[in-house]
Amino acid sequence: MLKLPVYLDNNATTPCDPRVVEAMLPYFTEVFGNAASRTHPFGWAAEEAVDYAREQVAKLVGADTKEIIFTSGATEADNLALKGVFEAYASKGNHIITTEIEHKAVLDTCRHLEKQGAAISYLKVNHEGLIDLKALEAAITPQTILVAIMYANNETGVINPIRDISNITRRHGVLLMTDAAQAVGKIPVDVNRDGIDLMAFSAHKMYGPKGVGALYVRRKSPRVKLIAQADGGGHERGMRSGTLNVPGIVGFGKACELAMQEMEEEGKRLALLRDKLEKALLQLEETYLNGSREHRLPHMTNISFKYVEGEGLIMGFNKNLALSSGSACTSASLEPSYVLKALGLGDDLAHSSLRFGLGRFTDEEQIDYTIQAVTATVNKLREMSPLWEMYKDGVDLDTIAWAHH
Amino acid sequence: MSYSEKVLDHYNNPKNVGTLDKSKSTVGTGLVGAPACGDVMRLQIEVDPATQLITDARFKTFGCGSAIASSSLATEWLKGKTVEEAVQIDNMDIVEELSLPPVKIHCSVLAEDAIRAAVNDYRKKNGLPELTFEESAAN
Repeated sequence: MLKLPVYLDNNATTPCDPRVVEAMLPYFTEVFGNAASRTHPFGWAAEEAVDYAREQVAKLVGADTKEIIFTSGATEADNLALKGVFEAYASKGNHIITTEIEHKAVLDTCRHLEKQGAAISYLKVNHEGLIDLKALEAAITPQTILVAIMYANNETGVINPIRDISNITRRHGVLLMTDAAQAVGKIPVDVNRDGIDLMAFSAHKMYGPKGVGALYVRRKSPRVKLIAQADGGGHERGMRSGTLNVPGIVGFGKACELAMQEMEEEGKRLALLRDKLEKALLQLEETYLNGSREHRLPHMTNISFKYVEGEGLIMGFNKNLALSSGSACTSASLEPSYVLKALGLGDDLAHSSLRFGLGRFTDEEQIDYTIQAVTATVNKLREMSPLWEMYKDGVDLDTIAWAHH
Repeated sequence: MSYSEKVLDHYNNPKNVGTLDKSKSTVGTGLVGAPACGDVMRLQIEVDPATQLITDARFKTFGCGSAIASSSLATEWLKGKTVEEAVQIDNMDIVEELSLPPVKIHCSVLAEDAIRAAVNDYRKKNGLPELTFEESAAN
């Protein structure tokens, strides 16, 4: 039986796994204590639950429990890492290296730090969405304190060569921070094997609840210093004050445990479904895969359907099929995706892109439905597209003097 | 953002999609927008030279649902109007009819521009001076 609507926006957020919800429920009512309450069993039980979850989270990424700081999500973790390191290492330098394709949580925090006197280098990526390691090494100066490069990109799914990157940062004695919100729980991430010093990740991208995430902060070789960005009760080893979100943290822990058990098999299953979807859609004329085919997450693909506009396309099926577009029309800014533009896509192809993010609850019937729905809408809109008609008539669209408005 | 019923209806059942023979002197073609901006509209009118009545109107649009709906609506309104009446169509009439939100007003502006461009193309073909228009406030 085909289950509608089909949800293929799992890079935006994932549903909670029912097993996660089940684990969380007692912590709203029976075990409701404040994990910082040391004087009674309510507090002790909450603290015990947090400790257990911290072990589950740490284990998934190969960290020590003392290296996990719970936050409200990856955005807060990104902010804490960047601002906290910038302040703590002010005597060493003010230079941070990042990329043009980071999530806004990193890019906007970098812009903020620029106003505070930081010098930020934004590395370019190639047409596959990958950075040039030589350019990274060349960008490092004696003033460089931190390299911040995402593990996997949220729009294209392209995975950066984190181990190669950390070889460089280690050699130069520079810290490496990564936003791994899209990677953790989907592919094996190990902070020691990967040489990561700080890492932001989030529960709701991996079938856990919204409003909880973590920052991994390395304690040994090197011991990373961080200045807290929220003052208060000194929770989380003083790095993040604020009463712990116990049910959320319990759910996050459970989500990590499930990911640990199921990630490998799930990744294989979703890669097969993704490949089926992608192959069928790329058989349509004038469709293009965005980003590296080789170095990317198993559950997603990003495709441009030339001569049709992304939002118009989505409107053709969004009652039954949820996904997102790099089209400007889906945002208020009227600018198409900066990530796709950084890959060298023209504005027209960026406007024509769709992101397909499969997930734990996606099945083959839904993929078959998606192929049929997207194909039908692309064909329908192309019949309505003056650009398609011109292309079919052999008109070179670049020779037309378009009035940009 | 959700769409109004009228936008959805035009999107699902667009009126007057198609192409008129642009080589005919009775056909005026307006092509506005740009692929890089995410919307391109081509609007065509066929005019009866004797009466100056628009006997047919066709469009093709590359763009979001609101852009498609704006052009579909424009073709509906154009049919049966005189060329002179056609250029009186104001983008805000389209905004009102389709209940477009502020972020989609540019779609209606584009439709207005397309109508005027089609009329001027027709005029040019028939030896008439092109009309000049004041810039639309929302443009």
